[in-house]
Amino acid sequence: MTRDEALFQFLLRMGDNTLILGHRVSEWCGHSPVLEEDIALANTALDMIGQTQLWLGLAGEVEGKARSADDLAFLRDAWDFRNVLLCELPTGDFGQTLMRQFLYDAWSYGMTDWLKGSADPRVAAIAEKAHKEVTYHLERSGDTVVGLGDGTGESHTRMQKSLDYLWPYVVEMFEKDKVDEVLADAGIAPAPDDLRAGYDDITARVLAEATLTLPEGSYVHKGGRNGRMHTEHLGHLLTSMQWLQRAYPGAAW
Amino acid sequence: MKHEWPLWEIFIRGQHGLSHRHVGSLHAPDAEMAMKNARDVYTRRNEGVSIWVVEARHIAASSPSEKGPMFEPSESKIYRHPTFYDIPDEVGHM
Repeated sequence: MTRDEALFQFLLRMGDNTLILGHRVSEWCGHSPVLEEDIALANTALDMIGQTQLWLGLAGEVEGKARSADDLAFLRDAWDFRNVLLCELPTGDFGQTLMRQFLYDAWSYGMTDWLKGSADPRVAAIAEKAHKEVTYHLERSGDTVVGLGDGTGESHTRMQKSLDYLWPYVVEMFEKDKVDEVLADAGIAPAPDDLRAGYDDITARVLAEATLTLPEGSYVHKGGRNGRMHTEHLGHLLTSMQWLQRAYPGAAW
Repeated sequence: MKHEWPLWEIFIRGQHGLSHRHVGSLHAPDAEMAMKNARDVYTRRNEGVSIWVVEARHIAASSPSEKGPMFEPSESKIYRHPTFYDIPDEVGHM
């Protein structure tokens, strides 16, 4: 595997995470429990779609086959996506949405923070911009997890249920394969497991304040990041996200 | 709704060092979330550099029914406006 092949895979992983989760969050638009949260979630979704343009734009450039960010977003099928499974799971209720957001933001925070010092200046520049956005996302999702976890009996129960459901998907973000080894050796991206300690610090602090407990058990859901498998949910998401380009190929805004 | 979040009034200072201006209101469970909501609702088009939030119940407001006694007496006091000075043309617009 050449360095550019590895970098292309890495950029797909970054861009597909933000694309798929950004799309999931945008599904709340017009449906949130209160107006203020509706706007806040739409802002978060837009930030992530913006990051997607940068990650997938660079991916297309590195690949060198003249594919644009739009081509990569709208013209690939499910098996070519490289997002972690956590990002493609259905939104669930509002609590589950915010719990997923928090679990993702805490990872994204450490990742973009590391990438600001990447040996590849193009990667560092994207991370610089993204990290500011992610810092705010993490503050907001963390506060909401605390508010709902340490809220009423009903909200606490729902947040604990969300955590139990989502936690087995967290491990995939720290998995390491050949792509990561090549890029870590080149100083372009971190070895994923190096981010784990920082992640555990953040989640332990917030979840304790939210009076939530990590579930027992070591079962792990994975396979999206390396393309081995996705959940059934990704295909459904893509039919809705990609239908316009599929029905009207080449249609422009 | 009995458990509705309290109402907050939002003040934002724009880019150019002007004073904070009232821009609207929103609901939030506490001051911190009010600040975040204000950021998301009122500054998403780069409108501001500083935010104040005040819970609406802490604002003491004059009553519309007292408008007469409150404000009418000043209507007939034109000498309180500095309009009787001759301003030289060179000064330009003031």
